[in-house]
Amino acid sequence: MTSCPTPLETKDRVLLGHGSGGRLSAELLRDVFLKVFRSPVLGRLDDQAVLEIGGERIAFTTDSFVVQPLFFRGGDIGSLAVHGTVNDLAMGGAEPLYLAAAFILEEGLSTDILARVADSMARAASAAGIEIVTGDTKVVEKGKGDGLFINTTGIGRVPPGVNLSAANIRPGDRVLLSGFIGDHGIAILSERESIGFETAIASDSAALHTLVRDLLRAAPGIRVMRDPTRGGVSSTTNELAAKAGLGIELMETAIPVREEVRGACELLGFDPLYVANEGKLIAIVAPEDADAGLAAMRAHPLGAGAAIIGSVTEAHPGIVTLETLFGTSRVVDMLSGDQLPRIC
Amino acid sequence: MKFLDEYRDPKLAQAVVAEIRRVATRPWVLMEICGGQTHTLMKYGIDELLPAHVELVHGPGCPVCVTPLELIDKAVAIASTPDATLVSYGDMLRVPGSESDLFRVKAAGGDVRIAYSPMDALAIARRHPERRVVFFAVGFETTAPANAMAVWQARREGLKNFTVLVSHVLVPPAIRLLLGFPSNRVQGFIAPGHVCTVMGYTEYEELAAAHKVPFVVGGFEPLDLLEAILMLVRQLEEGRAEVENQYVRSVTRAGNEAARRRMFEVFEVSDRKWRGIGQIAASGYRLREEYAAFDAERVFDVRSTTIEEPPECISAQVLQGLAKPTDCSAFGSRCTPDTPLGAPMVSSEGACAAYYRWRRTPGLRFQGPA
Repeated sequence: MTSCPTPLETKDRVLLGHGSGGRLSAELLRDVFLKVFRSPVLGRLDDQAVLEIGGERIAFTTDSFVVQPLFFRGGDIGSLAVHGTVNDLAMGGAEPLYLAAAFILEEGLSTDILARVADSMARAASAAGIEIVTGDTKVVEKGKGDGLFINTTGIGRVPPGVNLSAANIRPGDRVLLSGFIGDHGIAILSERESIGFETAIASDSAALHTLVRDLLRAAPGIRVMRDPTRGGVSSTTNELAAKAGLGIELMETAIPVREEVRGACELLGFDPLYVANEGKLIAIVAPEDADAGLAAMRAHPLGAGAAIIGSVTEAHPGIVTLETLFGTSRVVDMLSGDQLPRIC
Repeated sequence: MKFLDEYRDPKLAQAVVAEIRRVATRPWVLMEICGGQTHTLMKYGIDELLPAHVELVHGPGCPVCVTPLELIDKAVAIASTPDATLVSYGDMLRVPGSESDLFRVKAAGGDVRIAYSPMDALAIARRHPERRVVFFAVGFETTAPANAMAVWQARREGLKNFTVLVSHVLVPPAIRLLLGFPSNRVQGFIAPGHVCTVMGYTEYEELAAAHKVPFVVGGFEPLDLLEAILMLVRQLEEGRAEVENQYVRSVTRAGNEAARRRMFEVFEVSDRKWRGIGQIAASGYRLREEYAAFDAERVFDVRSTTIEEPPECISAQVLQGLAKPTDCSAFGSRCTPDTPLGAPMVSSEGACAAYYRWRRTPGLRFQGPA
């Protein structure tokens, strides 16, 4: 064998890390898609495209769901597929209106499972006040899919006066988080076969559009919102800092993490800041509106655990830092791929 | 969280820091041996809390980091075999071998799985008699008993499709080597709490006596480390060179004799090559001859590979505490966790990864008590 040509190139094959929402995902987007899909709307890389159609602003978004196991404590792939797309619309301030759903089914999938998933989607959509109006079904050979994949696409209406963008962020703004982090990621992980621990943690999967509506009413000074899904709070705040060209300072003691999630993370060697959420949002708010925004969040059942977790600074543009519980400070980096369980 | 928050109490930490500042009258260089300890120090910014003249250098106690390139290449070769399933602890997957890593083998169709315990690998072997299941048995004395247990259990059950790729290394021989270098600066050691949970600390008593250096067996939480540092500084200031135990909630002088008995039924001490350091005599474990049927290197015939280290990587000096990760010209530019040149940048226990992941930004120094 030859001697070492490291570092190894990450570009020859798609790795699992390319789907982690971290730096590898961003590279794939930049190097493959943005290069050829030359759309200024896409280039904004928001959770949704906002399009002017006939004098109205329409939010438009799509998301695919490949979660395993299909059913987990707190939800299933069906409810998640509704919530995920509703939330991508809601983060743009839009009122969600209609969903399209596409299913990729693996030959041999039990129709009972499919019916349960469809029923769960119907209930989630009805609870969110959104209608599933079109769809598609494809079947792939056994072994060519993981049981069931779902894609949902949604449209919504952005009310006049609502204009959310990372470009609005200013130094001194506050960072609001709507509740406990890490529940979804830990709930999913604990149900995988290779992980030998049990927990009562349920996924936080939920549709956030009514929380957003209350928040926008109470705090017109909201600059931008994001739901910290894959890659967690760390990836989301890093993205916002990079886009705004400003720094973000988080406070470790202010970030709400459940005891059970902290325990599971300690065991696995994970940092809750990087664990996925499916029913939380981060809002950057003008300082004078922060208290009103926090109160509005806490008054909503999905924001009961809300907290102000940090602020925006001109120092260290593009970098997120964390004040530790000892008063020391360190960088919160974006992970390149997924967090890996450690040896000891 | 009970049994954790007590060891992360900022008020208690400040009191211990104040005591270290009071006791330390001269400059001292201390080494925390274990990579887990390095990460705690960096994650909580404990290096910023300490007085400038108490310097911490980082030891070789990162199992992923010291696993030699050829072992990674053997794992890659095994994982690329069509009927093989390679089961590994998660942080081994991204470590670059000479031509590939386990993530790439997985992407190319190899059956590579992450497990938390060798017993999970054993369970896979029972469920899939048609697959040859190999557990990548990496680690210090800490993980050796569980790995030995898996092999012992496999033999008892007569499992024919389970083997282990052994890369076990031992802490005391590496420390003995460091202490023998003319360039050694380390005056006191924080011994690895988890290794000592298994092994006890009599081996460190021999080292302390022979080399006149103090050891304190330390835990992994911020207050464990601060207390261990205080105990070391006290010994040094008083001219003592003893072994003291800070991690009393886990470690006894004799260690876990039952675990060691099982371990030595299956393993025997052997010479081992350490990545970045080289061959060290009697510094690891290999399977005993009667367990040869469970040795993946024999079963897959991947014994002959030898590989040179990349010349630019200074992991040798970093692992020996002779250089800080930031002394490397490639640190943070050509070598990052995305594009690691050497294992200390890959592993969650590695010193370079600790410096990169928990790094500071200029102008954000902690204003500690004077």
